[in-house]
Amino acid sequence: MKLGFLVDLNLCMGCKGCEVACKVENEVPLGSWRLRVKYIDIGTFPDTSRSFTPLRCNHCESAPCERICPVSALHYLENGIVNIDSSRCIGCAGCMMACPYGAIYMDPETNTADKCTYCAHRIESGMVPACVVVCPVQANIFGDIDDDNSHISRYIMEHQGAVQVRKPEKHTSPKHFYVGGGNQTLNPLAQQRLEGYSLFNNITHLDAVGDKNHGVLDRFLAPFTSHEHLDNKSFMDFEKTSGGSHKEEGGH
Amino acid sequence: MVEHGIHATQAVVTLDVALPGIIWGWMITLNMWAKSIGTGVILVGAFLLYRHKKEEMPKLRWMMPLISFIALNVFLLFTLTDLHHPYRMINIFLHPHWTSAITVGAWMASLFTGLITVMMLIGGFDAYPGFRKNCGFAKSIRGISPFYEKIFPFVVFLAIPVTLYTAIIMAESSARELWQAPTEVMQMMWAAFMAGSSALILISNKWSTEARKDLALVLAIATFFSFMMYMGEYFFSFKSAEAEATLAYVHAGGAYNTEFWFGMVLGFIIPFFLAVSNMKSDNKTLLRFAAILALIGLYMAKDVWLKIPQMLNLS
Repeated sequence: MKLGFLVDLNLCMGCKGCEVACKVENEVPLGSWRLRVKYIDIGTFPDTSRSFTPLRCNHCESAPCERICPVSALHYLENGIVNIDSSRCIGCAGCMMACPYGAIYMDPETNTADKCTYCAHRIESGMVPACVVVCPVQANIFGDIDDDNSHISRYIMEHQGAVQVRKPEKHTSPKHFYVGGGNQTLNPLAQQRLEGYSLFNNITHLDAVGDKNHGVLDRFLAPFTSHEHLDNKSFMDFEKTSGGSHKEEGGH
Repeated sequence: MVEHGIHATQAVVTLDVALPGIIWGWMITLNMWAKSIGTGVILVGAFLLYRHKKEEMPKLRWMMPLISFIALNVFLLFTLTDLHHPYRMINIFLHPHWTSAITVGAWMASLFTGLITVMMLIGGFDAYPGFRKNCGFAKSIRGISPFYEKIFPFVVFLAIPVTLYTAIIMAESSARELWQAPTEVMQMMWAAFMAGSSALILISNKWSTEARKDLALVLAIATFFSFMMYMGEYFFSFKSAEAEATLAYVHAGGAYNTEFWFGMVLGFIIPFFLAVSNMKSDNKTLLRFAAILALIGLYMAKDVWLKIPQMLNLS
């Protein structure tokens, strides 16, 4: 069994239902995303179009994140899912350097790397990922790509020649496919991020990777002190979280 | 004309999340810089011991491992500090994943540091026979004095992979194409020779002129070839779209452009000419000046090369 994902971009309408479902299902903290839907505008007025591209972990067959992880926190499951064991993660961020798709983030609550696991816990119970369930137009197609009769396999066969993966030149053999995509939607180098064109301005980069209050000393003292528990509510306490930028601490 | 309008042919992102900024920052730069010194002094020290008699380079026997020990501990400290869970570093030894260059490097660097510590203790107690004369620990260390010469060839050999493993980590970082250039391996090697010769120049005041000339020679060769490789990367960057987009952060001016060229001039061009001139006429002050500049410039060059690929949007 090899689980794979296919998104038909012709069907996706950018409702972000999958993004929200993922957040809720996996309790993804504020400022972090396992799955996000990017809006891209193409053309000149009045001949413009807007495309929506859901982006998540590609669960590559030759996953660079798995290869670089020094402690096997990132590992393959038998069904092809690239899973993560946060209790083993040392927080080196090597996986964030290795993933060509920027799909891994440093969880600000646990200060460990995290990412989409195709909802491995749901799969184990015979369910499908939360983002698949919630999609109102069935743009997210999920299943066993080793099984010729599965929905995803048939969908791939029906759309031969139009099925794409992101960054094939990286030779990672992604198990996440797109139908209806093009260079402008799937290649980040073909896109521009211009200030004033975004629906929300002045939001370009995160000011911290992981918990911004987890400074150099905290990292060493945390096991001996009752390090304050962080949850989404504490992230809303802007006065408390307006500390120095991550750059002052040498990165993350 | 319409093809020149960005909207006609290119896509504009109109809604997306905030992206991560610099993930590996100055701590990793310092980490790589300190490791270059730690392994470089051993490699250059071995070259000097091969070429000259020990008497021409007083104190080298214990100063060489001492400098290496300090630099390696700075390297290890910042390696730990950069981890979000520093105590879990033990997992690298308890649950090693051998395809990871981080794992292989951590094991090799730990072994290397252990051997350097032994060499430092033996060299130090031998250099000062009156120090802690009756101490049991000192006695036992002095008792294994010949061990120094026996392990030294192995330590020199081990210094090479310890120098190079960072380049393999870079090569495994598939998201940062600039780091994946094969030249990165030689850049690491030249950096070690630059940093090692510079660190030894700073303690070479009472050494023979010939030994100092050899140090100047190593510094000149290392700065020349390292500079040439940086220039090759800089001007032949258009081999791939990602490398081109990454180097645009240097080509286009701005803070990284300034840091890069300051690094090149301070750390490579000026030290090269000072080192070459020192090979003709021995000038200790100028050579020390060249060494300090080379160490500063090397840090700046490494810092730029580490950070610019992280500016690129990956998705």
